[in-house]
Amino acid sequence: MIHLIWAGLTCIGIVYALINGTMSDVNQAIFESAEEAIYIMVGLSSLLMFWLGMMKIAEGISALTFLSRLLRPFMVRLFPEIPKEHPALGYITSNFIANVFGLGHAATPLGLKAMQELKAQSTSDEPSRSMITFLVINTSSLTIIPTTVIALRSQFGSNSPTEIVLPTLIATTLSTTAAILIDRAFYYKRVRMNGR
Amino acid sequence: MVDSVAWFSLLIIPMFVLVVLVIATAKRLPTFDLFVEGSKEGLTISLQLLPYLVGMYVSISIFRQSGALEAFVEWLTPFFVMINVPSDVIPLALLRPISGTAALALTTDLLKTMGPDSVVGRLVSTMQGSTDTTFYILTVYFGSVGIKKFGDALKVGLLADLIGIITAIIVVKFFFGI
Repeated sequence: MIHLIWAGLTCIGIVYALINGTMSDVNQAIFESAEEAIYIMVGLSSLLMFWLGMMKIAEGISALTFLSRLLRPFMVRLFPEIPKEHPALGYITSNFIANVFGLGHAATPLGLKAMQELKAQSTSDEPSRSMITFLVINTSSLTIIPTTVIALRSQFGSNSPTEIVLPTLIATTLSTTAAILIDRAFYYKRVRMNGR
Repeated sequence: MVDSVAWFSLLIIPMFVLVVLVIATAKRLPTFDLFVEGSKEGLTISLQLLPYLVGMYVSISIFRQSGALEAFVEWLTPFFVMINVPSDVIPLALLRPISGTAALALTTDLLKTMGPDSVVGRLVSTMQGSTDTTFYILTVYFGSVGIKKFGDALKVGLLADLIGIITAIIVVKFFFGI
């Protein structure tokens, strides 16, 4: 499906530009966005190199096992396929914790490391059940305190920049719960279709 | 509250680093060797995901700059009006899963023009905070382990985004009574 989406977005864009007369914008988009992707990678790689370095030390002092123990009853139910003592659970837990506190910069490296651990566990080229659950929870956002939005609101002179914290928390909780439920429903559908 | 939040987020990372390093040193672990070892992994991961990132970025950027994204948003607007989504926030609802930078730019613009304490201002604030850039996350996370098929993750992610947006609207309506 990703091939269709990828080629589709590109081709529709080019055809639309032909009709709409925005071909020069498209030309510019091609080269600028490729460059932008490199910049994003550079930014991401500095974070990855710092955080995965630190986390290696944290692993050495069993900080990850400690963290994953905190949320274990919950995590084991969310990810029944991962063995209880597996390091992947520690990374997933710390990714969730970093996300909850709005530390996106720390969350991504931890999440990518978790993906490596999950990949090492599976033999297939396709995403495993645990990977899908993990990513779906990430895409539905876990942030409790949306710091960027609060900063923007106070910048534009809000009387109460933080008044949206509670609504955001409730919306996030509901949408994450929905994401987990939909993920489960799709999983059972997959199982039925494979006749396992 | 903003102050204590800011103070807390300022403190949490350095404190984590401090605690980890003090304990590791007390345990006589080779801290710098471990750091370098982990850091090398970080470099490998980021090189691994670069092609995925370039591919997705170019594709989405062509789609956006050609004006096709705008047309797509317009085409879907009647559907969103039908389920009672205020028309001002529809572009944001559709952009949020696809492009994080575009969504943030739009949120900033709406907060500036409509005011942060307006209905639209409160709504976009909540929407911005309660969903995330599904496409970016899937590209980066799957790219980092070389998985090309997103499987059900994309469908479930987008469905959850839709629910997130609807929930944000309901919650804001309930809270601020619009």
